[in-house]
Amino acid sequence: MKHAWTLTKIRMRLAVRNRAFIFFSMILPLALVFLFLGAIGRGRIAAAPYLLASVLALTIMGSFWGLSVQLVTFREQGILRRFRVAPVGAGAMLASSILSNYLMTLPTVILEFIIAREIFDLRSWGNIIGIILLVTLGTVTFAALGLIIASVTNTMQETQIINQILWWGFLGLSGATLPLPMLPGWLQTLAAFQPATYLVTGLERVMVAHVSVLAIAPELLSLALCAGVAFAISQQLFRWEPGATVPRSAKLWAATAVIPFLLLGVWESTHGQMRAGARQDYLSFEQPAVTNPQR
Amino acid sequence: MFTVTSAIIEVENLTKRYGDVQALRGVSFAVQEGEVFGLLGPNGAGKTSTVEILEGLRPADGGRVSVCGLDPQTSGDAFKQKIGAVLQSTALPDKIRVEEALNVFASFYTHHRDTAGLLKRFGLEEKRRAYYSQLSGGQKQRLALAMSLVNDPSVIFLDEPTAGLDPQVRREIYDIVEELKKERKTILLTTHYIEEAERLCDHVAIVDQGLVIAQGTPRELKQGSAGTARIELRLARPEPDGALAKLDGVADCLASDGVYILHSTRVPQTIVSLVKHLEAEGNELSGLEITAPTLEDVFLELTGRRLRD
Repeated sequence: MKHAWTLTKIRMRLAVRNRAFIFFSMILPLALVFLFLGAIGRGRIAAAPYLLASVLALTIMGSFWGLSVQLVTFREQGILRRFRVAPVGAGAMLASSILSNYLMTLPTVILEFIIAREIFDLRSWGNIIGIILLVTLGTVTFAALGLIIASVTNTMQETQIINQILWWGFLGLSGATLPLPMLPGWLQTLAAFQPATYLVTGLERVMVAHVSVLAIAPELLSLALCAGVAFAISQQLFRWEPGATVPRSAKLWAATAVIPFLLLGVWESTHGQMRAGARQDYLSFEQPAVTNPQR
Repeated sequence: MFTVTSAIIEVENLTKRYGDVQALRGVSFAVQEGEVFGLLGPNGAGKTSTVEILEGLRPADGGRVSVCGLDPQTSGDAFKQKIGAVLQSTALPDKIRVEEALNVFASFYTHHRDTAGLLKRFGLEEKRRAYYSQLSGGQKQRLALAMSLVNDPSVIFLDEPTAGLDPQVRREIYDIVEELKKERKTILLTTHYIEEAERLCDHVAIVDQGLVIAQGTPRELKQGSAGTARIELRLARPEPDGALAKLDGVADCLASDGVYILHSTRVPQTIVSLVKHLEAEGNELSGLEITAPTLEDVFLELTGRRLRD
């Protein structure tokens, strides 16, 4: 645990010295607040929580991209093998990836809330405990997915291809960009099988409808399960050496990380309330414009 | 008074295959505590594979290895606490500062040296706030050496520590290794530089195509080879073919552009015989150079190839 914390601290320092990280993990998410709440929401106070939920989800989902690229870069440059001859295990290395990512994401999330509150008149925080749980589990889950991608890809090119595919899937099918109720029925059904949807709808539920933590239990449970499974698999598949290729069987193991969402997707399709909740929250976005009279 | 020494590194019949390539074909050697042991051989000989198995970075296909009495593959952190390593192909994050790198690695060990002292010793004090990406090749290598010593290890592995460095930096690294030698550190060093092996190593194993083809002290290896000193001659008039090859102690004679190169097993007799021969023929020496056999000559003799072929 001590080694994981040491690595976390140094990785946080390295992150703030990295211009790409500053841009993609801090500046861009904050710009999205202005884009979503200012341009798309056109200052409508009622729409602010709904749109902010999307921005938060996009901020959190970005974790997987940054972490997978960083880990593959470290492996390709031979940085990981230098750590390998020291008494540092794969668990400490991976845990530090997740923890540093979480601690670096939190300030951005807090700033997003502050901007929404101070500039776009976000009037209510929503269910704070629910938000904290979703932000935490969401960041850990998407970071762990990034670690799996790094584990199953052999080159940076492969990593970027998989990242692109997943990213566009997360963007288009989760409700983060196009509201879920606007999608055709079959796409809404498909969306129920991927983690990003549960993060987006969970955040919408606690921020718009202020539902209790119990009401988002399925979302929290699926994110926690996915994070746990993804972390365990990435620890098993972790490779220190640049030349070490991953066997095909390992890629199948990696696929088990999506099992919680397959189960949840099936359950959601038959008994779930996610789609109904998403529709209800979407109505807040559709409400007539109420702008700040002082503005 | 006598000193009892024991092997701190033992390698027996080590084999390793990468796909169709048999990288190691039964490598065996032992390194005594406190000595500098060199693995000398051309690129692709199996030096790095051997060292990486000893560092625990790769599993062996067959054979047995022991470092400090531990199996590198199964002893985990207990093993890593005892070794230091300068790897051949490695790096640090570009934006890590020199002192940060040293402190981070120091924190991984139960016992570690004073990192400020290491920075001073390796001439990196002024660069302590510099990013890794801002260091020159020599500075990066000195940092790698400092990091390999941060836990005050019993055994240090140096895999091609001077490869790609300019001669001046190479000599700096030699000085550092010689200091470590004085501290009685056990060092296993791989190299394809003859000068490095001859200057630094107490014992050398010559490796070629996955096998140790000779081992001993540099002096033993050179004496054990046919003892072929190289005598380079320039004469006032050309000599007929084969005349110089008949001189006492001459193993072979090559003539090229008016220069005769003799390989002699008994240099004094060859010189006496040469002088007599030239007097009898009315010929004169216009140049003479005698060089002792090097490990390069030993390798050439054993394999028929040069080290850098």
